[in-house]
Amino acid sequence: MKQIQRHGKNINLVIGSSILLVFLLMMVVSFFYTPYDVNAMDIANKLQPPSAEHWFGTDEFGRDIFSRIMVGTQTAFFVGTVSVGIGMIFGVLIGGFSGYFGGWIDEIIMRIIDALMAFPGIILALMLVAVFGSGMVNTSIALGLMAIPGIARIARSGFLQSKDAEYVHAARLMGQSQVRIMTKHILPNVMSPLIVAASIAFAVALLAEAGLSYLGLGVQPPDPSWGRMLKDSQGYLASSPWYTYAPGVVITLMVLGFYMLSNAIRDISDPRSR
Amino acid sequence: MAYFVRRLSLLMVTVFLVSFITFAVFQIIPGDPIRIMLGPEADEARVETLEQQLGLDQPLITQYGNWMSGVFTGDLGDSIRFSRPVSELIADRLPVTLYLAFLSIAIVIMVTIPLGIYIAKRPNTLQDLVLSSVTQVGMAIPSFWLGMLLMLGLGMTFQFFSISGYVPWSESITGAFGSLLLPAITIAIPQIAISFRYIRNTILEQLQLDYVRTIRSKGITERAVMYKHVLRNAMIPILTVFGLIFAEVVAGTIIVEQVFGLPGFGSLLITSISYRDFPLIQGIVMYITIVVVVINFVIDMLYAILDPRIRLGEGVGQ
Amino acid sequence: MRTFYKFLSLIGILMLIAIFVSACSDNEVGDQAEDRNEVNVRINNDPDFLDPHMAEASITFQMLLNIYDGLLVGDTDGSLKPALAEDYRISDDGLTYTFTIRGGVTFHNGDPLTVEDIQYSFDRLMGTETGEPLSSDFDNIASLDTPDDKTFVITLKEPNSAFLSYLTALNSAILPKSNDGKHNEQPIGTGAFAFNSYNPENNLVLDKNENYWKDGLPYLDKVTFTFQPDDQTALLSLQAGEMDIVAVGSHRVPEVEDQFNLEYQDSNSVLLVGYNQEREPFQDVRVRQAINYAVNKDDVIEAAFSGYATKLGSNMSPAMGDVFKAGLEDTYKRDVEKAKALLAEAGYADGFNTTISISSHAALYTNVAQVVVENLKEVGIQAEIEVVEWGVWLERVYQGRDYDLTIIDFTGVLSPYETINRYVSDAGNNFFNFSHAEYDQLMDEVLTESNPDRQKEIYYRLQEILSEEAAAVYLADYQIIWALNPKLEGYKLYPYFYHDLSEVKYTE
Repeated sequence: MKQIQRHGKNINLVIGSSILLVFLLMMVVSFFYTPYDVNAMDIANKLQPPSAEHWFGTDEFGRDIFSRIMVGTQTAFFVGTVSVGIGMIFGVLIGGFSGYFGGWIDEIIMRIIDALMAFPGIILALMLVAVFGSGMVNTSIALGLMAIPGIARIARSGFLQSKDAEYVHAARLMGQSQVRIMTKHILPNVMSPLIVAASIAFAVALLAEAGLSYLGLGVQPPDPSWGRMLKDSQGYLASSPWYTYAPGVVITLMVLGFYMLSNAIRDISDPRSR
Repeated sequence: MAYFVRRLSLLMVTVFLVSFITFAVFQIIPGDPIRIMLGPEADEARVETLEQQLGLDQPLITQYGNWMSGVFTGDLGDSIRFSRPVSELIADRLPVTLYLAFLSIAIVIMVTIPLGIYIAKRPNTLQDLVLSSVTQVGMAIPSFWLGMLLMLGLGMTFQFFSISGYVPWSESITGAFGSLLLPAITIAIPQIAISFRYIRNTILEQLQLDYVRTIRSKGITERAVMYKHVLRNAMIPILTVFGLIFAEVVAGTIIVEQVFGLPGFGSLLITSISYRDFPLIQGIVMYITIVVVVINFVIDMLYAILDPRIRLGEGVGQ
Repeated sequence: MRTFYKFLSLIGILMLIAIFVSACSDNEVGDQAEDRNEVNVRINNDPDFLDPHMAEASITFQMLLNIYDGLLVGDTDGSLKPALAEDYRISDDGLTYTFTIRGGVTFHNGDPLTVEDIQYSFDRLMGTETGEPLSSDFDNIASLDTPDDKTFVITLKEPNSAFLSYLTALNSAILPKSNDGKHNEQPIGTGAFAFNSYNPENNLVLDKNENYWKDGLPYLDKVTFTFQPDDQTALLSLQAGEMDIVAVGSHRVPEVEDQFNLEYQDSNSVLLVGYNQEREPFQDVRVRQAINYAVNKDDVIEAAFSGYATKLGSNMSPAMGDVFKAGLEDTYKRDVEKAKALLAEAGYADGFNTTISISSHAALYTNVAQVVVENLKEVGIQAEIEVVEWGVWLERVYQGRDYDLTIIDFTGVLSPYETINRYVSDAGNNFFNFSHAEYDQLMDEVLTESNPDRQKEIYYRLQEILSEEAAAVYLADYQIIWALNPKLEGYKLYPYFYHDLSEVKYTE
């Protein structure tokens, strides 16, 4: 029984992290080498099916889809990292503060977070994109803001539970500053649910970027973005189906990688959820 | 009772905050509703007259004030984009989105509860592994792509499904199912992974509790253990997960409605944002928030009724 | 496990009950009879208004022209033909227009058309009584008269050769006075089809006008315009037989050409790359010309329209008929060296950085922009694409004129004057900030010129100026490709957006 369990956990971890490693590797390579110039058009050779020259075929401008998928990893990691970064920094600050100090500030913050969470995320993203404009950086910021409430809520409950823990009392008695207690003592203890949340937020950001792309917003060309490619390929679904598979599959794989990773971390850190 | 009142007033605060956030965002978004509607060739005289007639020449804060005072008398104002009362538009759309949401939830329930029970009996086997992975893939697929693939794969093959548009129940039952089933499946698939995992874990947890061992020792059949005791005790957490999923499902309808051309809330919402239709977006956001918040509230209440200990503890569901 | 099936059957029973309950309100279970005499037309978006005096969007009129008539109507060749006016006379000084009103025309509510209704319609547009004009096309009107119940007279302040083109239902639909205040909610006109219902973001349903003034028309009993923003879904609906008339993207032609009748409409649109000529470096005509030499129109047409478009050389398309000046489209044949030389001459030997601001509401702009960016890169100009929402584009680029480069298409209008009026220095919609003294003067001249030959000459010269000055990079007039149910016939194409369904019928 035990054997299989450990085996089961590892599978999430092994598959999840190897998917992500492959993508990381692809990103690193794409900085130095792509089979073709990502934006070079060759309109005479548009919508070519996969072949030895073009592994994933060419798009409606005759650009090499494989090269664009490769460079697309940069966009995916950029959007994910920036939005998760924003979500984590502000989420942990707000949630931690709220949970640790409590009182009426906590009450107000929680009400706002409740309100934001009752709001379907894509609407918030749509409105934020309308305010900031689309494009890679603005989309990342909008998606980052979207991630704040969820992360803040998790951080808050972590800090709320830990603030009365023995070790925190001990630290207080030793006369350590509030900031030090929060960062040095509580934060490391609430880190694992936060890492799980960050990993999920990364996956959600990728899907949300695809959703925004579908609505014509999101990352804009010529920056190759998988979401955008997926949307563009939609018009060629029947005539050139290979075009849609490449971006669709890589988005699914990367999102899956992050979900699996988050499950693996959860399983490892929280033995109850078996 | 005090707990009930407290929750209810918090709910109102949430709804108001959502409305205020929407207002604040609209305050800074550039764009003029009349010009967006009429396009670049708009006749200046026409733009001016229409703005005057619709009160759009006033500052947004005044418009918001007027709208707010209308809300208290039960009037949600008129949509700018559709020149219709917002409440009428919402009443037209709400059923479509709710049918879609409930159908999706029904699919999720029908798939995940049996599967959860099945797998909970044989945890960490190959079946478990395969099912968890498969459902996770469902969670990772971009919803509009999934919708497109389903439409192409199933919609084109079977006459039963209608590709685009909505057939009301009153017109044709099969037609309504035909128009709602594919989008409902599209919305349900990502949610299946979450609730499957959750149900499986909850039942597993229950199975490992002492009382199960006690009952089993009394010689009750495994089936009775599962359905009479374990499932009943697992019901509360399972209920919670469906409450959480409901918000996700409502959010999921937005893009999926767009893909399948369903006249629900989602497309209305996207339109109201891109056309800067202030009364309309306020009305919709308020409705969606109320629906989501009320569902969560009802679940919290059920929770509290089913498990009286909760009322003692502070901050449930936070 | 048995309990699990019990559970399943419980859900099944609940569903059956739900079905049964709703079946009670089931009046007709969709009998899709073979002999249905109606069509379902796909439209991208909802109408802006149903009141034709408030509406402006071309897709709105695409539908509304089936409900309303004007005094005149634009024909398939772009010429103006009598509609509600049986006949008209223009006085020699070009100031007095006398219309004889067609007899025996009734509105959809059964009321006969009278000169009062016509007077009312123009008064409403001009805001004579309300002080709130709905159109500025008629500022030039000195007076309206109804000497008898068959005659309507318009007197102008100044002669205007473009005036007749304002008298179609596009600019001045004739509405019944009795329906005042309800034109948007309960539209009533004299057209081939009468308003039945409008369901926002779903459809607009029209019924046959049994008393239409053109005898024997229309053939169809019912027309449904279905609003479907997604091209892919629309095409699938066409293939599934749910829709009868759908505009398909040019790259989809191979998928539909075997099963459906295709009609290729020159849309009379002008797709262009505009630049802000008040900004560095676009003030310099050499830079503008260099950009013209740099952009490969053929590539744009191939990439964005799979070749289904006509190359343009100025702001007019061949669909405009005899005022169109041919041959300008090759003035700036692609020439990278020449472009570089011109840039160097203008002091930008190393090129420059710039931004193309486009709207997100149509994929067309992003597609074209990507080609343009690649083209410009070759002459050393580094352009970045900035995509904004339609509302933002209108406010910032179009109204605010705060941009470097943009890409936009203008849909066709019947009047050549209106088509190129935006290049007049002080025109409110001259978002190019184009300014040219000779151009302004010729535009004034053509308005008062009554001789058609001389008018044509002036329009030729105006188009040449736009080309010489490189007022924009004129790319293409793209075709709209309509895929029709092969059983339909009688669908006519116009040089403006109009789904004329009055003569459409099913073949036996």
